[in-house]
Amino acid sequence: MQLIDALVKPNKTDIAASDKTGAPTKVNPLLPAAVTDVSYAIDGCTLIDAVSCRLDGPGRTVVLGPNGAGKSVLLRLCHGLLSPSAGSIRWGGASPAETMQRRGMVFQRPVLLRRSVAANVAHVLKIKGLPRARCPALVKAALAQSGLTALAHRQARTLSGGEQQRLAIARAWLLEPHVVLLDEPTANLDPGATRAVEDLIVNLGAAGTKIIMTTHDIAQARRLADEVMFLHHGRLLEHRPAVEFFAGPDDANAAGFIAGQLIT
Amino acid sequence: MNDFSSALGNAFELVTRLDPQLFEIVGLSLEISLSAVLIAAIIGLPMGAALALSNFPGRRAAVIVLNALMGLPPVVVGLVIYLLLSRAGPLGPLGLLFTPTAMVIAQAVLVTPIVAALARQTVADLHEEYDEHLRAIGSGPLQRMLTLLWDGRFRLLTAILAGFGRAIAEVGAVLIVGGNILHSTRVMTTTIALETSKGNLGLALGLGIILVLMALTVNAAAMLLGDAAHRRLG
Amino acid sequence: MRMTSRHRARSWLLAAAWVAATLPAMASAESITVASTTSTENSGLFEYLLPIFAQETGIEVKVVAVGTGQAIRLAQNGDADVLFVHHRPSEDAFVAEGNGVKRYGVMYNDFVIVGPASDPAGISGSTDAAGSFGKIAATESPFASRGDDSGTHKKELGLWRAAGVDPSAANQSWYRETGSGMGATLNTASGMNAYALSDRATWIRFGNKGELEILAAGDPALFNPYGVILVNPEKHPHVNAAAGQTFIDWLVSEHGQTLIGAYRIDGQPAFYPDADSGDAADQQ
Repeated sequence: MQLIDALVKPNKTDIAASDKTGAPTKVNPLLPAAVTDVSYAIDGCTLIDAVSCRLDGPGRTVVLGPNGAGKSVLLRLCHGLLSPSAGSIRWGGASPAETMQRRGMVFQRPVLLRRSVAANVAHVLKIKGLPRARCPALVKAALAQSGLTALAHRQARTLSGGEQQRLAIARAWLLEPHVVLLDEPTANLDPGATRAVEDLIVNLGAAGTKIIMTTHDIAQARRLADEVMFLHHGRLLEHRPAVEFFAGPDDANAAGFIAGQLIT
Repeated sequence: MNDFSSALGNAFELVTRLDPQLFEIVGLSLEISLSAVLIAAIIGLPMGAALALSNFPGRRAAVIVLNALMGLPPVVVGLVIYLLLSRAGPLGPLGLLFTPTAMVIAQAVLVTPIVAALARQTVADLHEEYDEHLRAIGSGPLQRMLTLLWDGRFRLLTAILAGFGRAIAEVGAVLIVGGNILHSTRVMTTTIALETSKGNLGLALGLGIILVLMALTVNAAAMLLGDAAHRRLG
Repeated sequence: MRMTSRHRARSWLLAAAWVAATLPAMASAESITVASTTSTENSGLFEYLLPIFAQETGIEVKVVAVGTGQAIRLAQNGDADVLFVHHRPSEDAFVAEGNGVKRYGVMYNDFVIVGPASDPAGISGSTDAAGSFGKIAATESPFASRGDDSGTHKKELGLWRAAGVDPSAANQSWYRETGSGMGATLNTASGMNAYALSDRATWIRFGNKGELEILAAGDPALFNPYGVILVNPEKHPHVNAAAGQTFIDWLVSEHGQTLIGAYRIDGQPAFYPDADSGDAADQQ
């Protein structure tokens, strides 16, 4: 069972699947996720326009699109940081707010506390109410996984961009969430740092966590995506397995985008 | 000019002679002002943080009032507290008038708005920065407040030192509620006022120099403590 | 390293204990609060007398020194146990209104008129107080007044009346009301080279005389008697009547009177013991 489940109270819509012997199987209680006719408008401006899709695991889903397509907004709607103007989002039958604790989120620019690297990680455990005795071991493991052990006592804000982002991922991954949402995680990083972060994301997904990531970088999408959702002007134009999508998208905008054109 | 040079001489002599009355007065000044600042911090930090994070009708008005209270005239505060603590007043039976406790109360009233207003600004700034992340990891309102207060600790320390500066330097309030009683409620500022009124200007100025040195010492100590904590806790 | 919750709780307890400790416990020695005037305080008499009294009786005397008017108000409110001021009419009224038990005469000294050595009003050597005031008004020489409802201020106003002058009428720019204690007023007078009325004891001890000196004195009208009154315990039951009366009895005893008479400032006597004339009504 994921560590997160030990800390978060289960809600009634959870399905504790088990096989005949009674042992629980590795089912992601947050999946399938259903986005139904979701729209988001603010100040008269429609940022997300009637998006519907069904997300299921395992694997990495990449939300691709040019800047301003609404990818960040969609991600925040899914996580529950924003409320849709219309439509609904359900994670395994429950609302985003109810299931927020079982997801991790990584922002484009990591928000780091004015504390050491280790303290930043430990802070998450403290918020979740983990008993103090267990914190040091978990922090150590998380830092080791992200290759940040040597930087444990440095002030988090003095880290390079790539190191900061790895810290943010370590923080998000710490409690073994069922889903991790990443919003353009390498947009501001150099290639070396990007590589390190992508490796981390791959490891994350391999451990069973569902990855949903936004990017405008086509090459990155090719590298990482198992499934692609193409967003443009707030509308979902394509949602297909990555192999099919990159072979030849149906939508003209999508085709133009992956060909390197500026689509408006 | 004569007074300035005799002032330095006075200050030097008082300190090196280890004048016991001087140390009594310095000790009482520190005790009262530090106690007042402690109370102000305990009340003002959560108050400021709560005001920064909350949203209720009239919140903006509350912020304006809080900021304005930073400029409370000490002598008016002293007068109001005197009227409350006087035997003829509502809190008379407590018998607190002309005691160091009354002085702590008066200074706490003066310092709390400063700490609260500056805490509010600090927490509001950090809130803008951290809010999305803190919500994303699912922190509750109290956890959020504590996280922001702790992360703003260095700015808040400056706010507290500002409060201390106000407390140690004021004379109007403590004079009225304390009575400037020898060996009992006489502090640095009231002694300076008294010596000035006796025409002993050189001595008064000398005491003033010592008072400024006191404030310098407290601030330096706070900065060193802050640095040490910074290194240890990060 | 973060503080454990137990460690943190201990820190809070320590802090709370520290605050509680700074709150004064009930005085283990007995103590009384005496409302007196700035002139008496500035003369240094209390610093000289009270340690002796404390040693002999074990009673700590806390003096709150403010203007006479404020001192009387303090005593009326019951914020003091004993009243020790120098304005006979106010003292008599205090007792008559039932705020005080009985007025005892303690000592007297006199007021002096000080002014710049250049003496523009030409009053040097005069023993006529009202006449000197008249000359000051006539020459419109600067005069610094207490202006604070104190005994000294009331005495000063009486002298202006006797001189037939109303200094606060019209825009008398030479008449400056400082609204302050004796010392602060003298500071102002010294800074402005102005005339002023002061009690002799404060004047002798004053450290910022500048160019000022005593120009006129010796007029019986400048007589300055001090009285001490116990605040009425029937009106204010919390008053420490026993200790307060001990203090009063000590002041008017032969021992106390001798001590008062022996107090010197710069080698000069500051106060003259006067206990016997307690109830005589012929002083002003």
